[in-house]
Amino acid sequence: MSEDDDRSPPSDAAATGITASGSGGSTSVELFPAPYPDQVLENVLENVLCFLTSRRDRSAASLVCKSWYRAEALTRSELFIGNCYAVSPRRTTARFTRVRSVSIKGKPRFADFNLMPHNWGAHFAPWVVAMAKAYPWLEKIYLKRMSVTDEDLVLIAESFPNFKELVLVCCDGFGTTGLAVVANKCRQLRVLDLIESEVMDEDVDWIACFPGSHTCLESLIFDCVDCLVNFEALERLVVRSPSLKKLRLNRYVSIGQLYRLMIRAPQLTHLGTGSFSTSDGMIQGEQEADYASAFAACKSLTCLSGFRETLPELLPAIYPVCANLTSLNFSYANINAEQLKPVICHCHKLQTFWALDSICDEGLQAVAATCKELRELRVFPVDAREDIEGPVSEVGLQAISEGCRKLQSILYFCQRMTNAVVIAMSKNCPDLVVFRLCIMGRHRPDHLTGQPMDEGFGAIVMNCKKLTRLAVSGLLTDRAFSYIGQYGKLVRTLSVAFAGDSDNGLKYMLEGCPKLQKLEIRDSPFGDVALHSGLHHYYNMRFLWMSSCKLTHQGCREVARALPRLVVEVMTRNEVDEEDIVDDEIEILYMYRSLEGPRDDVPKIVQIL
Amino acid sequence: MAMFAKDDLKATELTLGLPGCARGNKRALANDTNEEPKSTNNTTPDAKKFSNDDRENAPPTKAQVVGWPPVRSYRKNCFQAKKTNAEAEASGIYVKVSMDGAPYLRKMDLKVYKGYPELLKALEDMFKFKVGQYCERQGYNGSEFVPTYEDKDGDWMLVGDVPWEMFISSCNKLRIMKGSEARGLGCAV
Repeated sequence: MSEDDDRSPPSDAAATGITASGSGGSTSVELFPAPYPDQVLENVLENVLCFLTSRRDRSAASLVCKSWYRAEALTRSELFIGNCYAVSPRRTTARFTRVRSVSIKGKPRFADFNLMPHNWGAHFAPWVVAMAKAYPWLEKIYLKRMSVTDEDLVLIAESFPNFKELVLVCCDGFGTTGLAVVANKCRQLRVLDLIESEVMDEDVDWIACFPGSHTCLESLIFDCVDCLVNFEALERLVVRSPSLKKLRLNRYVSIGQLYRLMIRAPQLTHLGTGSFSTSDGMIQGEQEADYASAFAACKSLTCLSGFRETLPELLPAIYPVCANLTSLNFSYANINAEQLKPVICHCHKLQTFWALDSICDEGLQAVAATCKELRELRVFPVDAREDIEGPVSEVGLQAISEGCRKLQSILYFCQRMTNAVVIAMSKNCPDLVVFRLCIMGRHRPDHLTGQPMDEGFGAIVMNCKKLTRLAVSGLLTDRAFSYIGQYGKLVRTLSVAFAGDSDNGLKYMLEGCPKLQKLEIRDSPFGDVALHSGLHHYYNMRFLWMSSCKLTHQGCREVARALPRLVVEVMTRNEVDEEDIVDDEIEILYMYRSLEGPRDDVPKIVQIL
Repeated sequence: MAMFAKDDLKATELTLGLPGCARGNKRALANDTNEEPKSTNNTTPDAKKFSNDDRENAPPTKAQVVGWPPVRSYRKNCFQAKKTNAEAEASGIYVKVSMDGAPYLRKMDLKVYKGYPELLKALEDMFKFKVGQYCERQGYNGSEFVPTYEDKDGDWMLVGDVPWEMFISSCNKLRIMKGSEARGLGCAV
């Protein structure tokens, strides 16, 4: 779905605002036939439109007239589908006939946190079946939060002779069998990236299935594949892949094995180190190779990650590359501030830093002192529970806001926070585009003043004029949402949990944020009245998610009736708890605009109104 | 496994709460005399299998909520198990241990032991008994207690017959047999 639409609801078939890859325009084409267009002009147009790459611009071009619509459809080679249920494979392949690259997104983000039934949907199968027939020249597939099966992967391998790139992010449903077929049959494969996906261990040596001759591999990312790999096969693969630039290993690769791979591939720019530990977790002097020299030999290395089972004594090996690093992912490395400091003090060029809160406020202070170019920071919790003493707090955030003035994106998990520091960050870091603060204790106020966190988040939306993504937490009243509605004019993605007092909270957001595309809410006291206040805007959104709020069947049904192009999915609690069942209350609402109407692959637990 | 609903056995019951806390978990009495050792969210390897593990293991102070904090399960699970080595099954291997005649089961992490002698010593300490002398031909001699285990095929085997690595990867649960039953197993030809 395009993120550019802010039209009013469609009043006729020609209006879009519904999807980037399909529109209601096709109906109007049949009703009002025009004289046959000048073929020369159309050819010229096609040649010009080839240069148009932005989805937004292409959407606009397709609306000029029938001729432009046709030319644009013929020249669009990159397809982006933000919600796999907003448009069908059939409609897509009918309109766009010369596609080389497809991106499809499936489940909403809250599915990552077990809030959605396992078999909810987002199946890739109908897409790959349709594309196998319609796009024989397909080169690239990018999927996020889709259910992909081994059969789907086999179909990819067998249907697209020119296939070059497969990127699966947060996907599941497939295993090493499917990977083996892709590795073996896709002879032009340049990119095989598996990122945060769940891969079933089907006991297949997929690494050994790559063709025995030179491969075109440029990127091989499998750090999320939680099964043993055949190391000898991997080593041979690296040797015969001279174009390999990106390699991210899983935690079953020891540092000794990493060394052997690195000396074969000094041209790497992106490296995921695997376990960064020895095979028995202990250091033995005599078997220690010169790991530092292997790192030193990788002169182009800019992006380092892995460190799945870090032995801190081995960290000095990476000192030689620190000065060149633009991205460092320590988010699996359970290291403390003292272990971090000697590494981070060299990282002057660092722009992206992910870490665990084990580095404490002190570690963050060290980051702030050196990493003046920092654009993105993510701090994850080692211990993701509420009600414990957290190692990071507002102290670390304050240091970052003072030291890293160019910060654009932050994700910060902590146990306590103050409004003062969040306000300070809003002023020190005016370039913030993404601000996601997760105070892990629910309903936690400012721990110094006892006040709600309204003023802090208010300052963020007020002062960070480029903000497009916001996640709020802590004790929040409706006031916080009135600030968001008043100042959050560019906000596209909003994440709300355990916040607000009344329907007004939701109303402020829906009435105040014209660019709102994705709204995900859980456990907040918003009900049917608030839901109705967004009727004017839902066709402009990709989706709305509301779970454990105060919505009823009746309220949702009314929305479904008012907006026929919206698919309104509801899920009721599956366990009936006698004491607190309220008549007609629903557990989960997930609704999205769609050209297709109700999907036919709903599991029993989902009801479409 | 006997069912216990009698109050006089309350003192011997294992619970998740602190001493003195009222029991919070209703299901334990109904089907199992054993409770997981006091564990927080995701400390047992079994927890990985279930998507709603958050609900099952409530810490004493506040009930955990599904999907909160919003950290993906893979990340949450990474740091709970104590990793002493980087082998394929890096998290502990917990098995239930019962002894004939004892009112409740225990749980042990087989990964903690380096071999049979250590395991047997731990069993002896845990259940206050003495295991006999092991020999390959006759099994355990000199004691009415015999350590046995159920393997992946569901068969009851004598502890000590197979190599240690094979044992810990195939053991489903342990049972210390007593008396005549034990003799039957020990004399298998």
